[in-house]
Amino acid sequence: MKIVVCIKRVPDTEARIRISGDGRSIDPAGVKFVISPYDEFALETALRMKEAAGSGEVIALTVGEANSAEQLRSALAMGADRAVLLKGEPTLDGLVTARALAAELKAYGADLILLGMKAVDFDQQQVAPMLAELLDLPCVTIAAQVEMEGGVAVCHRETEGDTEVVETALPAVISITKGAYEPRYPSLKGIMAAKKKPLEEKAAQLGESRIELRTMTAPPERPAGRIVGQGADAVPELIRALREEAKVL
Amino acid sequence: MANILAVVEQRDGALRRISGEVVTAAKQIADATGGEVHAVVVGAAGGASGADGLGRFGAARVVQVEGEGLDRYVAEAYAAAVADLAREGKYYAVLFGASAQGRDLAPRVAARLDVPLAGDATGLAVEAGELLVTRPVYAGRAFAQLTIKAEPRLVSVRPNTFRPREAAAAGTVETRQAAAGADAARTRVREVRAATGGRLDVGEAPIVVAGGRGMKGPENWQALEDLVDALGPTAALGASRAVVDAGWRPHGEQVGQTGKTVSPQLYFAVGISGAMQHLAGMRSAKTIVAINKDPDAPIFKVADYGVVGDAAEVLPRLAEEIRSIAR
Ligand SMILES: Cc1cc2nc3c(=O)[nH]c(=O)nc-3n(C[C@H](O)[C@H](O)[C@H](O)COP(=O)(O)OP(=O)(O)OC[C@H]3O[C@@H](n4cnc5c(N)ncnc54)[C@H](O)[C@@H]3O)c2cc1C
Ligand SMILES: Nc1ncnc2c1ncn2[C@@H]1O[C@H](COP(=O)(O)O)[C@@H](O)[C@H]1O
Repeated sequence: MKIVVCIKRVPDTEARIRISGDGRSIDPAGVKFVISPYDEFALETALRMKEAAGSGEVIALTVGEANSAEQLRSALAMGADRAVLLKGEPTLDGLVTARALAAELKAYGADLILLGMKAVDFDQQQVAPMLAELLDLPCVTIAAQVEMEGGVAVCHRETEGDTEVVETALPAVISITKGAYEPRYPSLKGIMAAKKKPLEEKAAQLGESRIELRTMTAPPERPAGRIVGQGADAVPELIRALREEAKVL
Repeated sequence: MANILAVVEQRDGALRRISGEVVTAAKQIADATGGEVHAVVVGAAGGASGADGLGRFGAARVVQVEGEGLDRYVAEAYAAAVADLAREGKYYAVLFGASAQGRDLAPRVAARLDVPLAGDATGLAVEAGELLVTRPVYAGRAFAQLTIKAEPRLVSVRPNTFRPREAAAAGTVETRQAAAGADAARTRVREVRAATGGRLDVGEAPIVVAGGRGMKGPENWQALEDLVDALGPTAALGASRAVVDAGWRPHGEQVGQTGKTVSPQLYFAVGISGAMQHLAGMRSAKTIVAINKDPDAPIFKVADYGVVGDAAEVLPRLAEEIRSIAR
C-alpha cells in the first residue's frame, strides 16, 4: 500500500495575523508555522491505513519554499517513511499547485493520494478535486474516515447534513476532514528517526498564477457590542434589541 | 456579450436556498458587464421545482440538464454538464455556491476548463472590465482582493452572503439531456445517513444556535433544540469542538477552523468561550449573541449582544419568549 499525503505549511491557527507593509501578504514575524490541521488528519489516516495493511509506504509531499522542510520533518516524525519537497512558492491559484503535484505524482504509482479538505491559509478547498481531475482518478472529498474493505476504500463523507458512505476503487484521491482520529504526537524516538529518513528536494513545475492578489486587508472591525443584562431577566431586552436594533427576528 | 452562468442546486427535485443567492450575485456582475444571467441546474428528468422562478432574481435563461439518476449529485456527470455549457456560452464568469456540492463541483469544472477558481467570495465588483473578488483568508483573520486572469472567471460565493434580490427577467426554461448520467460515477454511494433529522445544516442556515462545554452535558441539548424549534425552520444547531470531541454532538455540527464556516444572520453562542479557532468559523455572522456565565469570556468581545448568566436558566426563557412572538 503506497500512500501519498499532500501537506502544506500554514500559520498556526492561534497566530495573530498582521498584514505586512506591502499590503499583499501577512507579516511572518513571530508567527509559528505548522502542518495545516486537516493535512495532519490526512497523515494520521494514512498511517493508520498502513498499520492496518501491515506493510506499505507513506510519503509526505509538499509544494513550498525551503522552510517547508520543517513541516516535512514533522510529518516524518509522526511516522511518514519519506518526504519530497517541490520547491516553489504556492499562490492563491490552486490549479497551479495541483498541476505541480500531478506532474510529480504521475510516476509514483500511488494507491492512495490523501489531502486535507482545505489548507487553513487561503481556505480555498480546491486542490483535491483539481488533482483528481488532472490525474484522471476517482475522488472522494470531505472524508471523515477511510478504511480498506475487500480492495476498495470505504469513506464516510460529510455532506450538508448527511453522512454518505462512499466506496472507491484504488488508485484514488481522497480529501480528509476532522473525524474519527486524533493526529498522533511525534514521540522522541520518532523525532530522532525522522532526522535519518530521506527528504528529497527538487524544483516544482510551477506554472504562472492566474489569480492576481491585489491587496490583503485586515477584517472589518465588528462594532463594539454590549451586555444586555444578567440571567433570564435579560431576555426581554435581548429580544427587543434583536427585533428593533438588529432586525434579525 | 459578457454573460454570466449561475450554477444553481436542487435537492430531491426542489431548488435549494443557495440558488437565489448565486443568481443574485451573478446578476450583480451582469449589471456591470451589460450581459445576461443564465442559470443551470442539473437533475433528474422532470426538472427542479422552482427553476421557473429564477427569472425573479434576474435569470434570463434557465437550462435544466436532465439525466438518469442525476437527482443526486454525481460529480463526474455534473462537472461534464456544467463544463460543456460553460464552453458553449463563452461566459465572462461562472458562479457557484460555496456549498458542500459547489465546493466539490467548482474545482472539477475549473480543472476541466483549465481556468483558476476563486472560492468563497464575500464581495464582487466589476472595475474597468476586471472582476474584483473579495474573499476571507486565514479563517477570516484577513481579506484578499483579487482578480482572475482567465475566462471564464470561476467564483464560488459564500452562503448567506448575497441575499436574494428581486430583479425581473424572462427566466425562460429549456431542458436538455445530460451527456452523462449517474453511471458515469467512479465512486459508489453505499448508504446515506441523515444526520440533521430534517433540519437545515449549520453551514447554510440563516440562524444558528451553537452550544459549547458550558452546556455541561449532552442531556442538556434539549434546551438548545427547543430554542431552534422556537426560531423555526431556518434555524439549525451548531457546536464547539470541545463538545464534538467529547462525543456530545456529531462533527457535522462543529463550527470553526476544523469544522464549518458559517455566515448566518443570527448566531447564538451558548456556553462557548470564544477561542480563536471557534471565532474563525463564525465571526462573519451578521449578529452574534453570547450567553455565558463568565463576564470575561472572550466571546463577549465579538458579540453584539451578551447575556451574562447560566445557560440552563436563560435558554428556556428565551425559547418561551420567542415562541410567544411567533404566535
Ligand atoms: C488546530 C485546532 C483546531 C481547532 N478547531 C476548532 C473548531 O473548529 N471549533 C471550535 O469550536 N474549536 C476548535 N478548537 C478548539 C478551541 O481552541 C477551544 O478549545 C474550543 O473552541 C473550546 O470549546 P468551548 O468554548 O465549548 O469550551 P470552553 O473553552 O471550555 O468554554 C466553555 C464556556 O462555557 C462557559 N460556561 C460554563 N458554564 C456555563 C453555564 N452554566 N452557562 C453558560 N456558560 C457557561 C464558560 O464560562 C466558558 O466560557 C481548535 C483547536 C485547535 C488547536
Ligand atoms: N502547496 C501545497 N503542497 C502540498 N499540498 C497542498 C498544497 N496546497 C494545498 N495542498 C493540499 O490540498 C489540500 C487543500 O488545499 P486548498 O485547496 O488550498 O484549501 C491541502 O489540505 C493539502 O493537502
